[in-house]
Amino acid sequence: MNQPAPLPLVTALLDAPLPPSGIGWLDAMRHENREAFVAGGLPDTRVEAWKYTALRALSQRRFVSGDADAQTRTVDASTLVLPGVEGPRLVFVNGAFRADLSAIDTLPPGLTLQPLSHALKGDAEPLRFALSRSASMGHARGASDAFTHINAASAADGVVLRVAAHQKIGAPVQLVFVGAAADASVAWHVRHIIELAEGAELSLVEQHIGSGESSHLATLVSDIELREGALLHHLLLQNASSTDTLIRQSRLRLHTKACATLHVLELGGALVRHDLQAELIGDGAQLDTRGVFMPHGRQHIDTQLAIRHQALNTRSSSNWRGVASDRARGVFRGAMVVAPGADGSDASLSNKNLLLSPNAEIDTKPELEIYADEVKAAHGATVGQLDERALFYLRSRGIPLHEARALLTTAFCRAVLDDLPNDALREHLAELLIAQLPQH
Amino acid sequence: MSMLKIENLHARVEGKEILKGLSLTVNAGEVHAIMGPNGAGKSTLGNVLSGREGYEVTAGSVIYNGIDLLALDPEARAAAGVFLAFQYPVEIPGVNNTYFLRAAFNAQRKVRGEKELDSMQFLKLVREKLKVMQISDELLHRAVNEGFSGGEKKRNEIFQMAVLEPQLAILDETDSGLDIDALKQVAQGVNTLRSPERAFLMITHYQRLLDYVVPDFVHVLADGRIVESGDKSLALKLEAQGYAGVAERHPAGASV
Repeated sequence: MNQPAPLPLVTALLDAPLPPSGIGWLDAMRHENREAFVAGGLPDTRVEAWKYTALRALSQRRFVSGDADAQTRTVDASTLVLPGVEGPRLVFVNGAFRADLSAIDTLPPGLTLQPLSHALKGDAEPLRFALSRSASMGHARGASDAFTHINAASAADGVVLRVAAHQKIGAPVQLVFVGAAADASVAWHVRHIIELAEGAELSLVEQHIGSGESSHLATLVSDIELREGALLHHLLLQNASSTDTLIRQSRLRLHTKACATLHVLELGGALVRHDLQAELIGDGAQLDTRGVFMPHGRQHIDTQLAIRHQALNTRSSSNWRGVASDRARGVFRGAMVVAPGADGSDASLSNKNLLLSPNAEIDTKPELEIYADEVKAAHGATVGQLDERALFYLRSRGIPLHEARALLTTAFCRAVLDDLPNDALREHLAELLIAQLPQH
Repeated sequence: MSMLKIENLHARVEGKEILKGLSLTVNAGEVHAIMGPNGAGKSTLGNVLSGREGYEVTAGSVIYNGIDLLALDPEARAAAGVFLAFQYPVEIPGVNNTYFLRAAFNAQRKVRGEKELDSMQFLKLVREKLKVMQISDELLHRAVNEGFSGGEKKRNEIFQMAVLEPQLAILDETDSGLDIDALKQVAQGVNTLRSPERAFLMITHYQRLLDYVVPDFVHVLADGRIVESGDKSLALKLEAQGYAGVAERHPAGASV
């Protein structure tokens, strides 16, 4: 029987040495995940979760594993600065921690913040549970297994962040991931473990930027655990190089009365996939997600949101907006499950989309499954174009057509960013939105 | 030279001819009322003059201050001083009323080669206009027309007109849906803006607005043409006799 030729992407990943850790359980775990990746391969579009995102072109590409020159790549320091964000900062270039660009010398009391590579050099045992768990989660929906395995096998760095009980960290913590141009296309992988203990509070700003035209493949997996009464505000600003591939998985677990607010702005990348899985496992847990994805050119941006209500009186609200122009494609899937016993849950999801070009496409699919009683739930999705009546109204007052389009599009997106508490940052995001608009 | 000269204007909407040879001349300082039954083409006239898409001019001309108005984009018409107060002002969620108005104001000034105003200067101008128009400044902080009552929307139109100071203001059924207090307020706003340099085209179904904004000329639009013109007494006659009388005097197809 003929065996199909192995895919270049798979071959390249197989040929690359796994990062040596010298830690028995970790090395074993990495090997297991590589085996699992080889056995499972890449999902194709027959897999429901990958229906609208084909990996065929990606699977034919070859990537160098890791960037040997990551420590010496030049990064313009001004690109790391965000208005309204001045606090501890961790910077990674092509997946490797860069001490020279980071600021973690003085940390506020109660905050532990270090690169995974450093944490593993010390006592790795506390990380064992979180790192070992990675391969087994996400199986429920069969989503992203391949990339979970790649990441678990290959990630040698990432962020380890802990906030001690009842510590309120004032200044936002900034995490920056730079994709820097290199001679070859690099595959880099980062793994984050974030935990807020009981009653802890943290504001987190995660930023992805490009330095030069890189065409890397990045996998990013984060586990975020919010203990009882913890409060997290997380902003994810993805403005990577328009030729990069980013595959991200965020897994969020909210214990009793924990609250998380997530704002996402997806602007960059050639092929971008974000699986966001949240589990509300404690009574009264609350999650708000707000996001804008704005593919243009030939970008493909896919967001897969899965929220599980598993406890009493939990609440989630999700409000996402997509804007696609040129020949770009946006994909949004929002699945909410109210599990048996999660009585009194309140789940709402809205995804509105705007097509600015006849060749752009957005596929959206809200899903709702309810297995509990006294549940409040609402979901809706729309795909449309700019309101011609509104455009004419603006033009009739003297506002030129391109400006009128920009004004309406920005307003459409801003609706989901307006509750961002940081004024300076919010204005900055609005400027990024405007910069992303078609210039004609 | 007259400010606006419409000659033998024919226009179609979705393939259906609505304007069938409309002619009208308006000079600076004049207030013209266009009255007529539903379906006569009143709103089509306002939309054609302001450049709305979907209206196809098949014959005739519109000369505004010596230029071919129909050749201009809507935004260029606005910059040239043409303003349409909408019958149904559009709600624009997420766009702040003041921000919108300043964008419009500055866009027009830019085209005319005038200096743009910064937000402080503009706010000062807006406050002066608010006082004159007797409008609450709460309107400024809201999104354009979003959640406005019918009366607030119409007042906002007049307020925009006061800020943008057009030469030719077209009021498309601005009186419709207003209670008597709101009507008086809108009329007072219009009267404040009357000047020798400015002309008004008031499109209306009813005579009652004309009690408060007294027109120099009244025209009857029926079946796509102006079939009768006169002074304000014509409006009173229409009020008394209704549009049925007009149809009898000017059967469809008859020339003026």
